[in-house]
Amino acid sequence: MQHLWLIPALPLAGFLVNGIFGRRVSKGVINLVAIGSVALSFVWVLKTLAALGPLETPHVERYFTWIESGILSVPVEFAVDRLTAVMLLVVTGVGLLIHIYSIGYMGHEGGYHRFFAFMNLFMFFMLTLVLANNYLLMFVGWEGVGLSSYLLIGFYFLRKSATTAANKAFIVNRIGDFGFSLAMFLMVVRLGGLDFPRVFSAAQAMPRETDPGLLTLIALLLFVGATGKSAQIPLYVWLPDAMEGPTPVSALIHAATMVTAGVYMIARSAPLYQQAPIAMDVVAVVGLATAFVAATIGLTQFDIKKVFAYSTVSQLGYMMLAVGVGAYAGGIFHLVTHAFFKALLFLGAGSVIHALAGEQDLRKMGGLRRKIPVTFATLVCAGVAIAGIPPFSGFFSKDEILLAAHHHAPWLYWVGVLTAAMTAFYVFRAIFLAFFGDYQGEHHPHESPPSMLGPLVVLAAFSLAGGFLPVSRFLEPLFPAGEAHHDPALVVVSVIAGLLGLGLAWYLYVARRGLADRIAARLGALYQVVYNKYFVDELYNAAIVQPVVKGSEALLWRRMDAGVIDGAVNGIASRARAIGAVLRLMQSGNIRSYAAWVLMGSVVALIALGFSGGAR
Amino acid sequence: MDSVPLSWYLILSAVLFALGVAGFLFRRNLITIFMSIELMLNAVNLSFIAFAYKLNQVDGQIFAFFVMVVAAAEAAVGLAIILTVFKSRPSLAVDEVNTLKY
Repeated sequence: MQHLWLIPALPLAGFLVNGIFGRRVSKGVINLVAIGSVALSFVWVLKTLAALGPLETPHVERYFTWIESGILSVPVEFAVDRLTAVMLLVVTGVGLLIHIYSIGYMGHEGGYHRFFAFMNLFMFFMLTLVLANNYLLMFVGWEGVGLSSYLLIGFYFLRKSATTAANKAFIVNRIGDFGFSLAMFLMVVRLGGLDFPRVFSAAQAMPRETDPGLLTLIALLLFVGATGKSAQIPLYVWLPDAMEGPTPVSALIHAATMVTAGVYMIARSAPLYQQAPIAMDVVAVVGLATAFVAATIGLTQFDIKKVFAYSTVSQLGYMMLAVGVGAYAGGIFHLVTHAFFKALLFLGAGSVIHALAGEQDLRKMGGLRRKIPVTFATLVCAGVAIAGIPPFSGFFSKDEILLAAHHHAPWLYWVGVLTAAMTAFYVFRAIFLAFFGDYQGEHHPHESPPSMLGPLVVLAAFSLAGGFLPVSRFLEPLFPAGEAHHDPALVVVSVIAGLLGLGLAWYLYVARRGLADRIAARLGALYQVVYNKYFVDELYNAAIVQPVVKGSEALLWRRMDAGVIDGAVNGIASRARAIGAVLRLMQSGNIRSYAAWVLMGSVVALIALGFSGGAR
Repeated sequence: MDSVPLSWYLILSAVLFALGVAGFLFRRNLITIFMSIELMLNAVNLSFIAFAYKLNQVDGQIFAFFVMVVAAAEAAVGLAIILTVFKSRPSLAVDEVNTLKY
């Protein structure tokens, strides 16, 4: 026993302590509990992994049977294999850094203990998600991270837009979770259980489905869940709005960890997906489409967090593309490097926002590179990493994906390369707008405290050097073997694409300021459509939200609730009153009339007795 | 006593009972109503005793004692109620004792 349960239990304890007592204790104690619990959890992960060694086979710990009902048997079981090990390190490691960062960022905010309690709650559920050894327990974590995400997006609950965004995230995720649930029902009924080993061996016992069948259906339903959690088309709309939450939340939940749960889940289900090539193609195409569409939107946004949010959607699309073309290890590798550089981008953005006292509009920044130099340097590190410039981390993971995509179908590669160019462009556009030129705001910028800069520097180091982590090689034995692809020409093309994007951003936003606006004006309607995010929110609103709202109002509210339910309750009450109104006429209060009733009653009783033949 | 048939006692009892009922229904004064109730009780007692004598059994006599005990208790409580009513009202007219209705 390695006591794996301690890994999620420690943050849970932190959540309980801070949630219950946080209001009464000082910030120092809150910090100690919140960061201490995550740090201990991280240490425990390191200790466990050191003790388990190279993890040739999964290490499974069974605690108790949760559900025992007919054919269904669900144990509470944690397992660590190489995939889980990688996820554990990312979640606890990046989570720890972001917790430390939050001390500085949230220092002036109300609800300090609430924030850290929810963050710890999130850590608990996320770790449960990655440790689970069956789909149901994974689903517990899956739902739990959704809950924490909801709570943290709506952290500033006095702001209408924040609560709306929280509701949107929760409801959109609910659609995906519905698919996940259906997939689990199918597994129970047709594959005989929810344990990973059992499901996968049952799936592998079936023939590979070249025509759509049961496994394709299960895989697609799971993917519906993944589109919700990992913000893929058509359910990506919640993630940009989720930026209403505090920036550390955006970094931890909506960039580094939770949103990658869908990718993790598909990689975990690799044996299942291997048997359903049609579902894999769907995953790849949806992922690539998401990557491309989100990148185009990212080109035009002016809110610094929105740019990075669309960037997250786009990078998640890359990961989906990776798992869709069978490059599971590459997808997880990109997940890891993305966790570094995207968390860094968000934390850097948070540092900028912090410096400017809440300003998020790129047009009101500018010239910040001398005023907040550490933030600037770390953001550039993240930028070169995400742009895929060698030898920084994004280059390795992205190339692995693109090469695998090219091997699968060349057009996937070319769209991917185009997306990579756009990625480099929009990230450096944001950096150039914020840090070059002249300062456009009124507030006096100040560099962030060391508790914020420390995590930035650590993440910057990982963003730069993370590509040399042997994540892919470590994971490869776990997944169905694909052929090794290596084609220097393709690598060069994608690097050139990244550099082109970077160069174009430099040209438009530093060398020739103002040119970008003229180009935008020339593009006219096309620019407006992209700037307004293809009107997808408006479309969903008109096609789905409004009909549901209107239908609920007319049918569910006015007819069902007000009509039938209230009608039944009020009807019974008014019927009782009417009967009472008749009966109360007998209760005159006149004693002699009562006596007359008694007399009449006894006379009637006597007559009845006589008719029935006397007392005998 | 043998010469008086049972039916005479029962008829007398019935007449007394009917008088009690009539008094209860038609009189207004609480004291009169109270006396009517006593009359009804004693009418019943009479029939009990008559039956007990005729059938040569002691049960009827015991019942009569019970009725007397109840009547005594009732008199104590009833008269107390009547006194309290009279303290709060100018008359003992039963129709005016109706405030419990509201």
